[in-house]
Amino acid sequence: MDLAFTKEEIAFREEVREFFKNNVPPETRRKLQEGRHLSKDEMVTWWRILNKKGWGVTHWPKEYGGTGWSTVQHYIFNEELQSYPAPQPLAFGVSMVGPVIYTFGNEEQKKKYLPRIANVDDWWCQGFSEPGSGSDLASLKTKAERRGDKWIINGQKTWTTLAQHADMIFCLCRTDPAAKKQMGISFIVFSMKSKGVTVRPIQTIDGGHEVNEVFFDDVEVPYENLIGEENKGWDYAKFLLGNERTGIARVGVSKERLRRIRALASKVESGGRPVIEDPAFREKLTACEIELKALELTQLRVVADEGKHGKGKPNPASSVLKIKGSEIQQTTTELLMEIIGPFAAPYDEHGDAGSNESMDWTAQIAPSYFNNRKVSIYGGSNEIQRNIISKAVLGL
Amino acid sequence: MDFDLSEEQRLLKESVDGLLADAYDFDARKKYMKEKGGWSKALWGKLAEQGLLGLPFAETDGGFGAGAVETMIVMEALGRSLVVEPYLATVVVAGGFLRHGGSAEQKARYIPGIIDGSKTFGFAQLEKNSRYDLFDVVTTAKKKGDGWVIDGEKFVVLNGENADTLIVTARTKGGQRDKSGIGVFLVPADAKGVTKKGYPTQDGLHAADITFTNVEVGADAAIGDPDNGLPLIERVADEARIALCAEAVGAMDESLKETVEYIKTRKQFGVAIGSFQSLQHRAADMFVALEQARSMSMFATMASDFTDAKERSSAVAAAKVQVGKSLKFVGQQSIQLHGGIGMTMEAKIGHYFKRLTMIENTLGDTDYHLRRVSEGGGLLA
Repeated sequence: MDLAFTKEEIAFREEVREFFKNNVPPETRRKLQEGRHLSKDEMVTWWRILNKKGWGVTHWPKEYGGTGWSTVQHYIFNEELQSYPAPQPLAFGVSMVGPVIYTFGNEEQKKKYLPRIANVDDWWCQGFSEPGSGSDLASLKTKAERRGDKWIINGQKTWTTLAQHADMIFCLCRTDPAAKKQMGISFIVFSMKSKGVTVRPIQTIDGGHEVNEVFFDDVEVPYENLIGEENKGWDYAKFLLGNERTGIARVGVSKERLRRIRALASKVESGGRPVIEDPAFREKLTACEIELKALELTQLRVVADEGKHGKGKPNPASSVLKIKGSEIQQTTTELLMEIIGPFAAPYDEHGDAGSNESMDWTAQIAPSYFNNRKVSIYGGSNEIQRNIISKAVLGL
Repeated sequence: MDFDLSEEQRLLKESVDGLLADAYDFDARKKYMKEKGGWSKALWGKLAEQGLLGLPFAETDGGFGAGAVETMIVMEALGRSLVVEPYLATVVVAGGFLRHGGSAEQKARYIPGIIDGSKTFGFAQLEKNSRYDLFDVVTTAKKKGDGWVIDGEKFVVLNGENADTLIVTARTKGGQRDKSGIGVFLVPADAKGVTKKGYPTQDGLHAADITFTNVEVGADAAIGDPDNGLPLIERVADEARIALCAEAVGAMDESLKETVEYIKTRKQFGVAIGSFQSLQHRAADMFVALEQARSMSMFATMASDFTDAKERSSAVAAAKVQVGKSLKFVGQQSIQLHGGIGMTMEAKIGHYFKRLTMIENTLGDTDYHLRRVSEGGGLLA
């Protein structure tokens, strides 16, 4: 047992840090630190910088542009990326549809899509959830009917993150209505510019526009846009959801936020002294730091385990990562709320666009608190994670 | 970075797990607790035979030169089986004082008795008003000739009733809460002026309140610098906390296993109660709490080798906070999920709960250590 990084790993961390320092646009960093939303341009600009460096799709196989890094190197990279902070790669392309395509797609599909995913020439979004299918995803109803060399797609997806920016969607569609729930689903990709696709914004409680409803009305899609085999989509979806395991704890994000909390709490006064000197506040902050340290170690255990024994079987501890990671993220936003207290109230109607920054750093704290309630809901709600632990780990 | 055990460590784990599987089921434990002094000399002898009592000592002192990970392995196993024998007091604490502060003569005189199982120790530190502050000491050690005269009262000295030798913290200079002027002394338990009031503890161990009245010891009784013993005391206390964290992880692990087993078999409304989602989610939360505690136990184990004392203390305190929170949740919910049977002395589960509860209050509880980390500037600083 040895928790120290090797010399090579420490050198690698320095290299990564140095690269971020010299290459993340300062404005992008500042906005992330303040919990603001980035414009599409700001995100794509950064991702292309990363891709040019060869770090756009780090965990992909080398032949498709991956780095061949060890699991520890991936861990270090993500940790540094999150805590710098810099925008993380667009998960829908890089972590979700990309691996499905290089694992189950044909050669033509790989050639056609993978380089464009890596360079974010196409912005991808995810067509999984539906109004009636949340945690019970396999009950989805969106239909794809085969007509000659085309699919005709009808139905509705929801919670589609950043669909307003998207060029492409990967979609779970029911292709065999007679088959049992999980069996008749196919994985189909298509252009968001197709005729019959309508995107409607959903405004979330923070006032922001991250998610959308997407409607399909007789959308015509070439048959060749099917990934893998017909009616095997559920397998690919499970593969996809199981892929992004350790990043989900977002330890780096919480670390960065805790540092910011400490800095702000030293500046903001309450009762004639900085908030940080209030023992009750400080102990809450410390308790959160300790939880995060424990989570970081739990994450490292998963990473080390995957490094040694391969990624074959999902480590059940990854459900711990999701539960604790989301709880800690939420606690950090609560602590920020405590720091600003009554000054949380003013609401900047234009805050989400990131264009109106007339208000100071306090503007995004309440919205970010409201917005972060999502983290225990998405990616398999924490209740679903508890189901997973009780079944897969405890055998209940 | 590597969380796996080495081949030797794996063998150690197999051997201690094997020994306790054979010799330490719940019925055997009850039997041992009824023996004179409240624990089994024969079992202690077996631990000695397997070399477990000599693990952390240097090879030159007759030990195996094992490190913190080995102690973690043993303590976890002791926690699993709810072992009542005085491993913590003797090997971890007294052994720690001797290893880190003992003179060559002291090592030669005391360590062989620990390793061969013939001698046990007690750590007389807690005072009426000291609570968890190790530097809060009113017991005095006054110079007399070459030696010392010790006066004072110590409480809840684990294994204090049975110990052959007591390790006593006493003030050589300064006021009650001064950080300097504290010494550490080896006092024979049968020295003139030592009176002990022994009693069982909530978790089935034995302790004693001990009064020292004009107890005379020689110059060779002082471990380390008698005027500046606090750094040594803090180091050994940290090692004891690390060991307690590992013991708690073992006890929690077993507690969760027993609970899951129970809800799989206990039937109500015609089905196993483990099929109810409210119980499943509770058990899942217990698993989360356990894994977080396990991570911090490992972190603390690694921290015992930190050269910076402040960094070490902060890491150990953080671990004690996480373990304290986790053990409370796992302990309480183990009883809850067992229902009525969990309330009975007859069922093993309640004994895990009691041991875990006492671990929280040993050498600083959750709030105490949270305050320490908080006042030290947090964990990320």
